[in-house]
Amino acid sequence: MKAFTLFLIVISSLVSTNLPANQAIEQLQERYRNNGATSFEALDGKALWYSEQNGRSCTSCHGTSSTAVGKHRKTGKKIMPMALSVNPQRLTKTTKIEKWFLRNCKWTLGRECSPQEKGNILQWLQQL
Amino acid sequence: MKGLLKLLRWGTGMTLLGCALFIGFYGLSVSSIASGYKENHEEGEHSRSRFGFASETNPAYQEECGGCHLAYPPGLFPAQSWTVMMSGLDEHFEDNAELPEDARLEILNYLGKHAAQAGDKVLRGSKDEALTRITELPYFIRKHDEIPEQRVKNNPGIGSFSNCDSCHQNAVQGDFDEDRITIPGYGRWDD
Repeated sequence: MKAFTLFLIVISSLVSTNLPANQAIEQLQERYRNNGATSFEALDGKALWYSEQNGRSCTSCHGTSSTAVGKHRKTGKKIMPMALSVNPQRLTKTTKIEKWFLRNCKWTLGRECSPQEKGNILQWLQQL
Repeated sequence: MKGLLKLLRWGTGMTLLGCALFIGFYGLSVSSIASGYKENHEEGEHSRSRFGFASETNPAYQEECGGCHLAYPPGLFPAQSWTVMMSGLDEHFEDNAELPEDARLEILNYLGKHAAQAGDKVLRGSKDEALTRITELPYFIRKHDEIPEQRVKNNPGIGSFSNCDSCHQNAVQGDFDEDRITIPGYGRWDD
């Protein structure tokens, strides 16, 4: 029983480990490349981040500076900075990154982001 | 004759004293339940805070829902409300809050388990069994009827009555005590 519990702990830690951000990003970008993306451009990521559609943009909640604390436009909840240079806890869990890409691309752009777009944004946030 | 009268007086006195003591102790026992922070029941049942609704926490609920807003106490709504709420996460109050199915089911299960039940204080006067806005809950409206609306809606530090933790600073711990309320820009709320 003890061995089984230990086994479960090991497996669950493997499944949901927080990786150093560069590893998590590398894993995702590898996945995106396998899904048709080519090389990732930070400047394209930045352009998408600041683009506006129907009055909505990433900055609506994250704020105009990705190195500063943002604020949810409706609930006022603080959103910690996205830039890795000031917030190394960001972008360390692939499932979390994908979950927020899904939610936020759909809200902001009205559609899911492509693997290329996601990789570009990660590239940019990593360099900030 | 005198002895009988004395006995009668003594008997009456003792009966009255007994009644007074009983009422006193009964009152004490009831109020100690009412002022206790939580009244715990057998395992599996939910506990009620003295605010009339359950407020247990759950890590997935805190992470997924508490990421954008206060993780509202599950006992604020009946189970049916939570089912409706958790079925339309892609359009969640003009936001997209989609979840992977396993996380969605885990949270829905937790919310359902600790949801408000018929007879709970929080549901008094509520006719809609699938209400999803706390600001439409009669209990909520009654509790906030002394607060001038403009003080909340036009207040950049709050914005909406649904942002509980702007004024109930300990709301995340399930604390909605009216002695611990600070309205941003106005200071402590004094009833």
